[in-house]
Amino acid sequence: MVSIDVWNASVDFPIFDAKTRSLKKAVLGKVGGNIGTNQRVPIIEALHDISLSLREGDRVGLVGHNGAGKSTLLRLLAGIYEPTRGSALVSGKIAPVFDMGVGMDPEISGLENIIIRGLFLGMTRRQMEKRVDEIAEFTELGDYIQMPLRTYSTGMRVRLALGVVTSIDPEILLLDEGIGAVDSAFLDKARTRLVDLVKRSGLLVFASHSDEFLMELCDTAIWMDEGHVKQQGPLRDVLTAYKGRDPYENMSPDQLARLGVDLADHRVESGVGAVLKDAGARA
Amino acid sequence: MDRAPVVPPASVGSKTFGRAFDDIRRGIAQRELWAHLGWQDIKQRYRRSVIGPLWITISMGVTALGLGILYAVLFHHPIAVFLPYVTTGFIVWGFINGCLTEGMSTFISNEGLIKHLPAPLTVYVLRTVWRQTLMLMHNMVIYVIVLAIFFTSLDHPYQLDQNGQVHPGLGWWSLLAIPAFALLALNGTWLTLMFGIISTRYRDIPQVVNSVIQLAFYLTPIVWSPDDLFGSGGNSWAKVVFQLNPLYHFVQVMRAPLTGQHVSIWSWIVVGAITVVGWAMALMVMRNYRARVSYWV
Repeated sequence: MVSIDVWNASVDFPIFDAKTRSLKKAVLGKVGGNIGTNQRVPIIEALHDISLSLREGDRVGLVGHNGAGKSTLLRLLAGIYEPTRGSALVSGKIAPVFDMGVGMDPEISGLENIIIRGLFLGMTRRQMEKRVDEIAEFTELGDYIQMPLRTYSTGMRVRLALGVVTSIDPEILLLDEGIGAVDSAFLDKARTRLVDLVKRSGLLVFASHSDEFLMELCDTAIWMDEGHVKQQGPLRDVLTAYKGRDPYENMSPDQLARLGVDLADHRVESGVGAVLKDAGARA
Repeated sequence: MDRAPVVPPASVGSKTFGRAFDDIRRGIAQRELWAHLGWQDIKQRYRRSVIGPLWITISMGVTALGLGILYAVLFHHPIAVFLPYVTTGFIVWGFINGCLTEGMSTFISNEGLIKHLPAPLTVYVLRTVWRQTLMLMHNMVIYVIVLAIFFTSLDHPYQLDQNGQVHPGLGWWSLLAIPAFALLALNGTWLTLMFGIISTRYRDIPQVVNSVIQLAFYLTPIVWSPDDLFGSGGNSWAKVVFQLNPLYHFVQVMRAPLTGQHVSIWSWIVVGAITVVGWAMALMVMRNYRARVSYWV
């Protein structure tokens, strides 16, 4: 079964500066006791006491300010960071799409990068070779696929990463905000594919600052603030609380139609209702 | 919808041997990945050069030829037996040296991947060891060439030095080089695993080892032979101290079968014991600090 469970997890980063990151202090520091300097390594509490339980079918948006812990939480869910306190259990085939520049070798071709990335995500070489053409076609990179990755723009790298991830049928898809770097035409194409994928595969966690993108891919949301979960609930409620206004307020009728939302029908709880009414009056 | 139990199951703790073994098992299972990455590293290093990885072979050939002749002359050894000895010693040392120096920086140099993709640490370890293995294979070409030239001086009992030990010469027993290499690779793996983790936390360790390794090369009989040290009875203390150098035993178990030299059963015992103890230590480190590596890189 596809699931993510996190129990009271914290993620603390030790920050070693050049001086503390040496044996000298660890060894000599013990001898002769504390000489007045603080021997402890400073720690950044990136996540604090997080408890989550996500199941198949959940499509969760992560919102919050820069540095609120969105990316760290995604890495925790991916199993890259194991919690320093508490515990986490993730079952299912994970596909993370984080920072696009990293985890790809700039000197080798896009094609080879596709294969390596697939291998990292648990595919076999043969499976990847079968998919390579499809991915190349999806990414619309044409002959560029044979070029070294260093010749690619950021958007082209995102295309590549998205192409790989959406082609391997992951069960848990973790997306960081970097995917905004592609142009709008490709974004539309990717969106369809992502929506499909999420419907099929089941679990999505997506960190983004784009309301529209969040509305389209997610139905619930988690608001991260200073390493805590500040609010968790239906996407619209969380976004309203986070931004201080209803997310539908600023959308064009076209967008609303695509999302399949009818404002008049939309029944919301009290606090949000007031905002909505206000929006209605202005319209 | 069913939700998680309030209390986490006992199996999710990160500091367990179970998780350490799981990491190793999954790492080995992804052999397509590390094999590809290791080979990629080699190609990468020689990208855009005309003869590519053949440079590994050539540079080893040049070094072995030059130093083999130099030291044969210095120590008055017959070139026909001393050149194969130096060449093979160099090749084996290259592997050990590579596993040590590059192994320590394994996780540091894979920082980007470790922070962005969930993969067992063992994948990066095997990537490094596999890269060294590929280098060794390239270098073995030189061994084969040297062997072809000097085979007739090595296929019967011979001496490196007039007063030295009599070596049995090449024979079917030379195939022992294969299990010897397997042992070396096993040791390279635990070394990389353990020192990789320690070096990620304490960045001085690679510097310490780098400064010692050059000395270790000269202390280990590679360009000289044990006969030079105590060929004619010599210093009895030198004999004892010399046996305490584990690197000698590591080099000897693989070099001796390849050059038809005498190898003491003690060398095999020392190497076997270090393999067991080393793995035990590496597993302890793995259990306790595996999950910390992504925080430290």
